Parts: sequence; structure tokens; C-alpha cells
Amino acid sequence: MLAFTIRRFIEALIVMLAVAALAFVLFRFIGDPVSQIVSQDATLAERLALRAQLGLDDPVLVQFARFVWKALHLDFGLSYQLKQPVVGMIADRFPATMELAFAAAVFAIAVGIPMGVYTGIHRDSWLSKVFLSISLIGISLPTFLIGILLIYIFAVTLGVLPSFGRGQVVKIWGWTTGYLTWSGLKALILPAVTLGLFQMTLVTRLVRSEMLEVLRTDYIRFARARGLPDRIVNFRHALKNTLVPVITIIGLQIGALIAFAIITETVFQWPGMGLLFITAVQQADVPVMAAYLMLVAFLFVTINFIVDLLYVRVDPRMRVIGRGT
Amino acid sequence: MIKKFLMTCTTAAFAAGAALALAMAAEAKTFRYAFQGDLNALDPMSLNETFTLGALGNVMEGLTKRDKDLKIIPGLAERWEVVSPTTWRFYLRKGVKFQNGEDFTADDVLFTFDRAKMDGSQVRSRFPADLKYAKLDDHTVEFTLASPNPILHYEWDTLYIFSKKWAESVGATRPQSATAQSLAAWALTANGTGPFRVESHQPGVRTVFKPHTGWWGKPEHNLTEVIFTTIKSDATRVAALLSGEIDMMDPVPVQDVARIQGNATTAVLTGPELRTIFLNMDQMRDELLYSSVKGKNPFKDARVRKAFYQAIDIEAIKARVMRGMSAPSSILISPILFSRASEIKRFPYNVDDAKKLLTEAGYPNGFEVTLDCPNDRYVNDEAICQAVAAMMARINVKVTLNAMPKAQYFEKAGQPKKFDSSFNLLGWTPGSFDSFNVIASLAACRNADGRGTVHAGALFNYGGYCNPKVDELATAIVREGDATKRDAMILEAFKTIHEEVGLIPLHQQALAWGVSKSVTIAQRADNQILLYWVTKQ
Repeated sequence: MLAFTIRRFIEALIVMLAVAALAFVLFRFIGDPVSQIVSQDATLAERLALRAQLGLDDPVLVQFARFVWKALHLDFGLSYQLKQPVVGMIADRFPATMELAFAAAVFAIAVGIPMGVYTGIHRDSWLSKVFLSISLIGISLPTFLIGILLIYIFAVTLGVLPSFGRGQVVKIWGWTTGYLTWSGLKALILPAVTLGLFQMTLVTRLVRSEMLEVLRTDYIRFARARGLPDRIVNFRHALKNTLVPVITIIGLQIGALIAFAIITETVFQWPGMGLLFITAVQQADVPVMAAYLMLVAFLFVTINFIVDLLYVRVDPRMRVIGRGT
Repeated sequence: MIKKFLMTCTTAAFAAGAALALAMAAEAKTFRYAFQGDLNALDPMSLNETFTLGALGNVMEGLTKRDKDLKIIPGLAERWEVVSPTTWRFYLRKGVKFQNGEDFTADDVLFTFDRAKMDGSQVRSRFPADLKYAKLDDHTVEFTLASPNPILHYEWDTLYIFSKKWAESVGATRPQSATAQSLAAWALTANGTGPFRVESHQPGVRTVFKPHTGWWGKPEHNLTEVIFTTIKSDATRVAALLSGEIDMMDPVPVQDVARIQGNATTAVLTGPELRTIFLNMDQMRDELLYSSVKGKNPFKDARVRKAFYQAIDIEAIKARVMRGMSAPSSILISPILFSRASEIKRFPYNVDDAKKLLTEAGYPNGFEVTLDCPNDRYVNDEAICQAVAAMMARINVKVTLNAMPKAQYFEKAGQPKKFDSSFNLLGWTPGSFDSFNVIASLAACRNADGRGTVHAGALFNYGGYCNPKVDELATAIVREGDATKRDAMILEAFKTIHEEVGLIPLHQQALAWGVSKSVTIAQRADNQILLYWVTKQ
């Protein structure tokens, strides 16, 4: 078990380093940060001096080594545009993204599982067909389009929900939350639905196919033969057994929710990390982009790492492989 | 009886309270506006960008100001005189207080000018580096120039005056440098003499302004609070205006103008903007890059450049691409900024003449060339380039369009990659609102590295157009104190560029602000959003 953990840990480190290297190669092609910083009337000498100050004239390997060394100390430097420490900027935006991702995950589960169960049990009812059509929309329409549609329906036409922003936020121990105010909750609805729709359809379809599978098994038939009521058969025996893969998928999808939040955050002007990243890309703000990519890579690697460890706990076969090598 | 009396009392008190609440609601005027970009650090010297300077122009003030028509009017200086061509004297307004209660004096002016010259300052070009300044008394400052300069004060409306004492107490004595190790806390606050103060500021999220009750001027606005938010996505910005969540937004995407006009509670405010959009052609290299022509450079021939010019149907670009929101231009500066602009006329759109010119120049079958174009910098920039490419096809010139985000574009077509482009689109607003800046930045001779031969600012002459006569005229324009003579020389310079088609001017784009009908606001051609001209019903 320990050897397995250590090996996975080293693998995770290699992935992080690879992401850093890839990110760094990409940054060579995003354009010139200097022209985004200085005024149009800045002289050539001023521009060249700034390039040198920012270390953009050093060889790529030197820049990369410096970046990795500083990143190890959690120092991602200063945003070119805001001239603020990047770590602090991302920390400020972190709660907004996490709250959005969490709300989206809750939405996906709370709506997706019942819909999946219903369509699994009543395969041919018209309501099932409606649910499946909705899930088809969720899976095929791009996020930004769904977001804009929702804005036009609920903000412009009906005027019941805000079209942008996070509403009033409350600060508790350095964490800004919109969960505690009425306007914060209202502002959360549309972005959370937009972001969670894809995951919701995923959960619906997954639960449905698992339900169909489980309902065909012998123990369900025996349960029915024993005369147990449908409610107990469906929910206590069938649903419980469909949830294992669902939980795995949701766990893995949390990383995706955080990463995909970029588009939702842009559409709803949600002040999270994704919006910060998009702005940084437009302005060639390399330190912000680098730190964000590293953070997302870190989240994915950590989640995968935990899932791997959980598998070992859950599935004895994995433990044998872990020991054997 | 007593019970009844009590009830009456309660009712009365309740009614009075309700009336009071209503009255207060009627008085509270919150103006909400949104822009596509962020408001970051609040140091007006560390980012020289129109929106930031406009937002800070509500909070801080310069020695001069500009009115609704961009005319220079007194600001913190109530008047000034040119004692001799090289000596200017500014008389400061008395009784002006900063928002933290300190008095405004000549020391603050000297401090501000010192600060503007330091490392990290992006406003160094606001005045000549060798300008000398001295305090004559608490309310008089004298400036001494090395050589005469009639437009010395043209950019001083955005050279905002800092409070020396405040800056020293919070550590804001020098501009935040691009390579500083940490952000000073003061950079998210501001202390000026202007009509509004910053109540709170979260970069990229929300900024709240409140009126500065001790302002020296007479308020023209009726606002009690202003909330600024960034809304990056075009569709969301439009939706927020339509749903009444915001009172004003900038810019309106060209395709949404009709939708906002058609809505009962909103309107689009349009007007000419100062920025001119134009095309550069590489006239410097001996062999054109990214082209089918080998061993020579067709753009060195003025006939080819004129052929390109006459092949462009500028009215079609205005009607189709810009949906009427542009003003075709014959020169590189807006007519608002140069009174004699109308004396130069565009070469007419004529495909036959253009073909003839190409044949005379030795390209009867045209040639291939690549057009570099930004796609997130100017209004419909990529669409304009697509239209130009299609129009060139009519004279058998095959244009390959290479559109890219601005950060990449300015690197490739500009100085960092040594002007690695043969044909490209650029826009320019002169920071000084004066023609000299245009000529010296866009049309003065430069070398291959971007260093100006005579004028240091020639960095944005992306095509490398060079005519020593224009350089000489520019040098003379700087020194000329007489406005009429100066304008005549400016006209001559623009005429020279026009006749040999050094660059191809296209148009001035239009401003489009979406506003709620309950709001009146003055739209200034430089696109600064100034809250002190806003009234809300």
C-alpha cells in the first residue's frame, strides 16, 4: 500500500511538471505582454527596458527553471496587468468558483438522480421521453448558448433573476460566500444550472442505464417475487446498487466542473478564477495563466490520486497488483 | 378613547415614516454602469488606458480639464499664461480640498510632476522630459521649456494631481512598477480633488463611487451613488441593460444596436470616436514577406499602393461591416481634432482605375499577399479585413487573411518581431489629441528595429513609410507657436502622405453606448465615461 501510494505520488509530480512545461511552451506563442502593459506612447527604450526587467530576454530554459523553482515556493510572481501577487488574486477568486462548482454539482445530483431513476423504471412513459429529450439538449448545446438562453428567458423576458454577477456576498473567515444572502442565492441559480446541466444529463443517463441493468438482475426479481412493494424494490435495493459508479463519476467530474467554469463565468460575469484566466489570456498576463493552469492540474491530479487510493480500498484486486510489483 | 388616540398616533407615525422612506427613495439616485474591461489598480500613472483614466477622472483632476466637446477648460488651474514662448505660468484654484480634507497647493503639483517622471510611470510622455517647474507661491507654478511648445498642456487633463501629504503617508510616492514585489495597499484606493470619491474597489468585480461633498465645482449630476461592474460578455452586457439591472453600458456590439433601440426603456447613444482605422503596407523591405512576388517589393511603388486604395469600397464597409457606425476618413486623424481635415478628399473607389494602376506598375495579373489583422482590438476589426481581402480579389490581388488576438498581433506586426508583416490593419487615437502625435507615430521614418530616424515615437509606423519631407514638417510643427501656420504645415504633411498613399486611411469608428431612457449622459468623443454629467430621473 505504501509503495503504491509513493509510486502514485511520484507519477502525480511528473504530471505536474509536464503541465508546467507544456504551459510554458504555450506561453511563447500568446503574444507580447509588454505592449499590453505600456502606453502606446512609450518609447522603444522604455519597452526594451521593461522586457529585460520582466526577464523575457533570458533563454527559455532559464525562464522555465526560475518558474519551477518559484512555484515550489508557491510564488507565482506578480500579475503583469494588476501588479498584484498572483497567489493572492487566485485566492480571492477561489471561493466564487468553488461555490459555483458545488452548487452545480448539487443541482446535477439532485435533479439527475431522480430523473435517471424515473426514466429507468418507467421506460416508455411520455415523461421519460421528455426527460431524455432535455438531457439530449444538455449534452449537445454548448454551455455559452445555454447561458445566454437562460439569461434572455429569466433576466430579460421574465425579469426574475439577475443576468450577471454574484449578488451580495458575506465574508466569513476570509471566505466570501454568496450562500447567505437572498441576492447571492438568486444570482447563483442561472450560472449553477448552466454549469451543471451537462453533468446532470450525464448522471441521468448513467443512473438510467445502471437502473435498467440492475432491474434485470436475479435479486430484484426475487425481491418482486417475495411481494415486496415497488418503492422498496426500486429505491432500497435497485438504486443503492446503481450509486457506486455514479459517485465515482461525480467525483471525477468535480475537476471538470471547476475547469469548465471558465465559460459559464464569462457568460455570467461570475467573479471566479475562470474569468480571471480569460482576462489574463487576452492580456498575455503570463504569471496569472501559469498559476491557474498549475492549480487546475493540481486539482485534477489530487482528485485522481484520491480516487486511485479509494479504488485500492474498495477493490481488493487492485491491492494485489499494488503489492505484487 | 385612549386606545383610539394611540391608534391614530401609530397610524400617523407610520404614515410619516412611510412618507419619509418614500422621500428618501426618491432622493437616492444610484447609477449603475458596466464596461467590457476591468478597472484594476487606481494609480493613474501605472496604466495609460482610456477607460481607467476616464473612471479616475471622476475622482482626480488635472490642472486643465476638457469640456463635452473636448475643448480645454480650466481645471485645478483657474487660468494660465504664456509669459514667453518658453515660460508658462499656471495660477492654481484656491480653496480646493482633497477628499481626505487636505488643502491643494503648488507643492502637490510639483510632487505630481516629479512622480510622473519616475520609473514605472506610463505618463512620462505627458510633458517633455527636460521641462523645469518651480513654485512661485502657494498657488502659482512656473514651467520653463527647453524649446517652445504650443501644445504643452494638451495632455494635462489626464495628468491627475496627487496629494503630496497623502501619498507620503500611505507610501504612494512612486508609481507601482511592473516588476515590484508586491502590490501596495494604496494602489486600490484614490485620493483626489474630483467630484466623486471611491467608496470601495474590488478590481475586476465592483467599484462604488460616492459624491465628494467638498468639491469646489457646482455639481451638474444628481447622483448619490455610482456602481461600476465589468461585464465582459457582449450578450450579457446587452441583457443586463435590457433587464434594467444597469443604467448604462459601453460598448454596444454593432449587431445589437437595433435590439436596444427597439426596446421601450433603452436607447443607443452614438457619436464619432477619435480613433482612426487604417492599413499599413510594408515599404521598407526589398522583398515582400508572405507574398508571391520574389526579389522585389511591389509596395515600394506608389501606383500599387494607390491601386489598393482605390480598390477599397469604403461605403460598402461602412454599410455592411460597420452597419452605418463609421465615418470614412481621408486622413489619419479625426476631423474633430484637425479643423482642416475636409480639405483632403478620399481617392474615389474605382476598380478599373485600380486595375490600370496595377498594370502600369507591372502586375497585370495581380499578386499574393498576406493581411495581418487583430480580431479583438477594434470594432469589427476582423470583418473589415475580410471585406478588404474580398475587395482586393476584384483587382486580382489574392489576399490571405491572418487574424489573431491583439497580444499576438502587436507582437508580430509590431516592433517585438521587427514588423514581421507586409500588409496590416491598425487603429490610432493620438494621446495628445493633436496631429503631431499622429504624424510622428505613424508616418515618420524609422529603421528596421523600430527606432525613429528623427522622431523617437515612430514605433507604430508598421509599414515603414518614409518621406524626409514629412519628418521635417513634423519637426517644424512641434516648434511653431502660431496656430494658423501650424495647421498649414500639418495639412501639408497629411497631403504628402495622402498623395503618395503612405498609408490607407479607412474610417473613424463610432461610439455606441447603451443607456436607459431614465438617464441623461454626455458622450465625449474620447470615450471617457464621466459621471459628473449624468442625471437620473
